[in-house]
Parts: sequence; C-alpha cells; structure tokens
Amino acid sequence: MTNPNGRFGVHGGQYIPETLMNAVIELEEAYNHYKNDPDFNRELTDLLNDYAGRPSRLYYAEKMTKDLGGAKIYLKREDLNHTGAHKINNVLGQALLAKKMGKTRLIAETGAGQHGVATATAAALMGMECVVFMGEEDTKRQALNVYRMRLLGAEVIPVTSGTATLKDAVSEAMREWTNRISDTHYCLGSVMGPHPFPTIVRDFQAVISKEIKEQMLEKEGRLPDAVLACVGGGSNAIGSFYHFIGDKDVRLIGCETAGRGIDTFETAATISTGKLGIFHGMKSYFCQDEDGQIAPVYSISAGLDYPGVGPEHAHLHDIGRAEYVAITDDEAVNAFEYLSKTEGIIPAIESSHALAHAIKIAPTMDKNQVIVITVSGRGDKDCAAIARYRGEDIHE
Amino acid sequence: MNKIHQAFENGKAFIPFITCGDPDLETTAAAVRAAVANGADLIELGIPFSDPTAEGPVIQGANIRALRGGIKTKHIFEFVRELRRDVTVPLVFMTYANVVFSYGAEKFISTCAEVGIDGLILPDIPFEEKEEFLPICRQYDVALISLIAPTSANRIGMIAKEAEGFIYLVSSLGVTGERSEIKTDLRSIVELIRANTDVPCAIGFGISTPEQAKQMASISDGAIVGSAIVRLLEKHGKDAPQYIGEYVKSMKDAIRGE
Repeated sequence: MTNPNGRFGVHGGQYIPETLMNAVIELEEAYNHYKNDPDFNRELTDLLNDYAGRPSRLYYAEKMTKDLGGAKIYLKREDLNHTGAHKINNVLGQALLAKKMGKTRLIAETGAGQHGVATATAAALMGMECVVFMGEEDTKRQALNVYRMRLLGAEVIPVTSGTATLKDAVSEAMREWTNRISDTHYCLGSVMGPHPFPTIVRDFQAVISKEIKEQMLEKEGRLPDAVLACVGGGSNAIGSFYHFIGDKDVRLIGCETAGRGIDTFETAATISTGKLGIFHGMKSYFCQDEDGQIAPVYSISAGLDYPGVGPEHAHLHDIGRAEYVAITDDEAVNAFEYLSKTEGIIPAIESSHALAHAIKIAPTMDKNQVIVITVSGRGDKDCAAIARYRGEDIHE
Repeated sequence: MNKIHQAFENGKAFIPFITCGDPDLETTAAAVRAAVANGADLIELGIPFSDPTAEGPVIQGANIRALRGGIKTKHIFEFVRELRRDVTVPLVFMTYANVVFSYGAEKFISTCAEVGIDGLILPDIPFEEKEEFLPICRQYDVALISLIAPTSANRIGMIAKEAEGFIYLVSSLGVTGERSEIKTDLRSIVELIRANTDVPCAIGFGISTPEQAKQMASISDGAIVGSAIVRLLEKHGKDAPQYIGEYVKSMKDAIRGE
C-alpha cells in the first residue's frame, strides 16, 4: 500500500526539519534491510511469542452475543499481551531494529501511557536507556502508568507546552530527537509521523490481522463480516485491518473519539470533523481552525486524544475501503462497564470505543454474521478515571 | 526580480527574527522599524503556529502570546502591506507548512508577492517535499528558502544546487534558542555550500551575543537571530522596540567588517 516516497494516496510524506532527514533515511534503509532478514524475524517472533505472549486469543464472547441478539461476536484479546496492550508488538520490533542500528537510547511519546510502558519495558529488556514524553495532563489521568514506567527504569518527562496532552508529547519527542540523533531512536507509537514510521508501525502491528484471519478460519471456517477497532493515531486499527484490506467483503470499521460530541469543540474525531493538513511530519486529516492552527482536542481517553490520524487511515477513508465512526465519552464509558459486567473483561477506555460501536451494530446484523472487535488494551489503568466520571472519587 | 540579494550587499548581513503579533501588531511594526533603522538587512517575520515543533521554549512562548491575542493570517498580510509603505529591506515569512497549506498555497503565495514578501522559510518542508510549494513560489517570484543542518552531510550539495534567495544554515542540533557555545564545524559546511552555489548563506540557531554573530559572519554571509530578540519582547512587551533597536545596532556593528 505504501508508495516508494511514503505516500498513501495524497497522504503521508516526510514533512520534517532537515536536521532529521538523514535519521529517517537511515531508519528506512535499516528497516528495508532487516524486514527480510531471517535472523531478525526469528528473533522478533521469539520475543513476540515467548516474552509478549503471542499469539493473542480470539475469544468468542458468547454472553455478549446472546445479550445483543445479532451477529456472533469475537474479541481479539490484545489486552492479554505483556504490558496489557497491542503497543508491545510495535515496540519490540522497533527496539530490536534500533539495537541492530547501534542505537543505545529510546525516546517515545505516550498518551494513555501504554506505549510509554511498552517502550520502557523493551528498553529494560534490551538494556537501553529510555526517556518518555507525556503530557502533564495525561500524567495526572494515568498516574499508575507513570509509576510503571519509572519502575521499569525510564525517565518520564511531563510536557507542559500547548494542551499538555498527546500531541504536545509528540512535538516534544520530535524536538528531543533533533537534539540527539546519533545514539537515539525515536520509537514512535502509532502509524503516524513522517515516512517510514506509518509503514514500519503498521507492519509490526499487522500480526493482529494475520492472527485474526488464521484463528477465524480455524474457528468459523470463514472470514468475518466486519472488523472493528478504535482509532487515535490508528495503530491497533491498521494492525487489525491490514490483512483484510484485499478481502472486499470484510467491513473495516474504525471508531474515533467524539469526546462530548462531534458538534462540540470538545472532540478528537479527526475524520468526522478534521480537514486535510500537514503536521507532525505527515499530510493527513487534522482537527484545525480555518488558519491551520491545530485544535485543542478533547476525549475521556488519553490514548485517542490526538488531533490527527495516520495517513493510511486517511487514504482508506478517501477510497471508501474503511468506515470511520465517532463514539462519545458516554457511549465508551457504558461499553467499558458493559463488557466488564457481561464478559468479566475490563477493556481499556480506548478499546471501549470499538465495543460501543459493536453494541450498536451487532443487534442489527443476522445471527449467521460474525464480527471481530479488537480489545486493544486492558482497562485497569482507567478505573480511577471512570470512577471519577461516575462521580466516585477513588484513590489508587 | 526578487530582492533578497540586496540584504547581502552591505557587508555581512544581520537578520533578526520577530514573531508577528507578539504581543500585538503595533509593537511588531515598531520593532521592525527599529531593527531596520539600526542596520537590519533582512527581516524574518514569524507567522505564529499553534505547535511550532522546530522552536525552543522562547519562540514557542512568542507563538502562544501572539495567538492568544487573536491574530489571523489575513491580519498579517494587511500588516505587511502597511509596513511596505516605508520599509524597503527584503522581508521573508517564517512559518509552518500547515499555515500555508490551509490558507490555500496559491492564495497564500500570491498574496505574499502582492504585499511585498520576498521569501518563505518553512522548517517542516525538507528538500524531498519542496514540490508541495516550489512551483507556486517560482510562479510568483517568492523564494522558497532551503535549510541545511549539521546532519545534512551527503545532502549538502543536492540542497545547495537548487537553493534560491539565501541558504539558512542551522548552526546546531535541536530547536531554536540561545546557546553558550556552537560546536558544529560550520566552516567546512559553508565550503561545501559555496562549491555548489553562489546563493548567499546565513547562519542561525543559537546566536545571541555580538561575539557569536561576529564569529558566524566571519565564516558565512550573515547571522540570523531569533530567540534573543523574542526574549526582549517577552521581557519588555510594548516597550521592546527601543531595546531591539539598540540590540540590532550592537549586532550589526559587530559583524559589519567581517
């Protein structure tokens, strides 16, 4: 899907300072070399299987299926991975690549903290230094993850510029990378930023759809009718979609965050409310004002609270191959509670956006249809925030 | 005919950077006039952006102050039109790709030409992406300024050969901001640039003192200063133009004979 110059249709590209150009060129060359290297791939597969716990389970959610009374529902359990989310898939790949490139230090941005925790974990495992940039607002919302990162030996730098959320953490990580390149790899956490990141991160996350396809054929002897995943930058979604893009009968549905509603200013639904722009190294859709100033977005979910979307999603939207819907805070919180009570699985508030949409569409589908929802992460980290949302003040 | 070359005809060039609308456009106008009266050869006018990823904390602060004041791109074009009634030195805009893109590239660049902007510096448009704006810039004779960094290495010749207006040589790794020491071997980069083009080359990032400016100008065609000037605006607000005038004089005096 990627053109040689890193384009997905009109989207993508390399809109970055000259200071970083040789770094991304070096990364692309290294990736093109190692992606076909049998030793690299064996080492990565061993890490994914023995360390991260892959393959993740494809679980038939029988109670949820019966309760909703429509399509048969399967959950892709990325929440069961080591560190509790899909983020580890990409991080193990990038950390291994960085190590092969001779880098000794990883820097990363994080929103909900899951990517930061995964990066800190890989750095600990591989004996690398790690610095994580996290919006100050998010360090408060996700205090537990801040402690986890520090416990793993990473330095966490609270970012106070701008809206002090994920976009500012990305900006600060990019600034740090321009400051220190020779020993440092920027371990970007989503399918965004300049080429080759959207392609590299997608390839490392594509293991999700590869497994879904195999597991679905084994369990149902057929492909699913729809695959649903939440979209912030869009890494678990592109990972869930990738091996189905050529299967035109499989609906691909990305669930963005509407925050308090797409008709309010307190939203981060990029495809529903954004327009084409250039930011953070890529051309894609962004929430912005008429002068191109990036909008201060909002979501209850720190992991989806980002004003842009990965260029491949923007392209899949343009060509009509994937559908993108917006889910409000309220719908996501209801789904968070619903899955906990119905299946005994506490999902991340990010993943709850995909579950919320499944709750809407499953009852409208036939009983012989099958949908897969990627539970991108587990929700322990969100319990305090959801309790607060419900008016209950708990202390961790 | 683009007039950027005029900036390099009075000895080594001194190029101050000022963010438009920090704290308001009246102050920006007074600051530009004070800089020109005291020897500035070209003015780099910043159009504020919400998320300036190439800037250090000082210029980030200027962007925030200007945007809080409610400034819009269209106000800045009107401001330049007004400025051009008496300011004749070359003027270039420094902003980010999305500001140009969202305004409509053709509308933005044609308006630049119409109001008297001679060039455009976009730190998030590297050589590989310059086709985004270059054909339109050529059509309207607005120079798209190329940047060369300490990490450019094998890319220097390629960039220099196609450069227009002047080359902005980034002195150091990292973002904008004052530095006590500039360690990059800039002399050899400038030699490589000169072997590939006749376009003048000015050095920016990290320069704040007359001594640094003198040193940078001695190996290149001029010095660019941003954060040190923005800091005067941060400190003195509406009273800053007088201090900016004095500062520019001290800097231009230091480099004049180099």
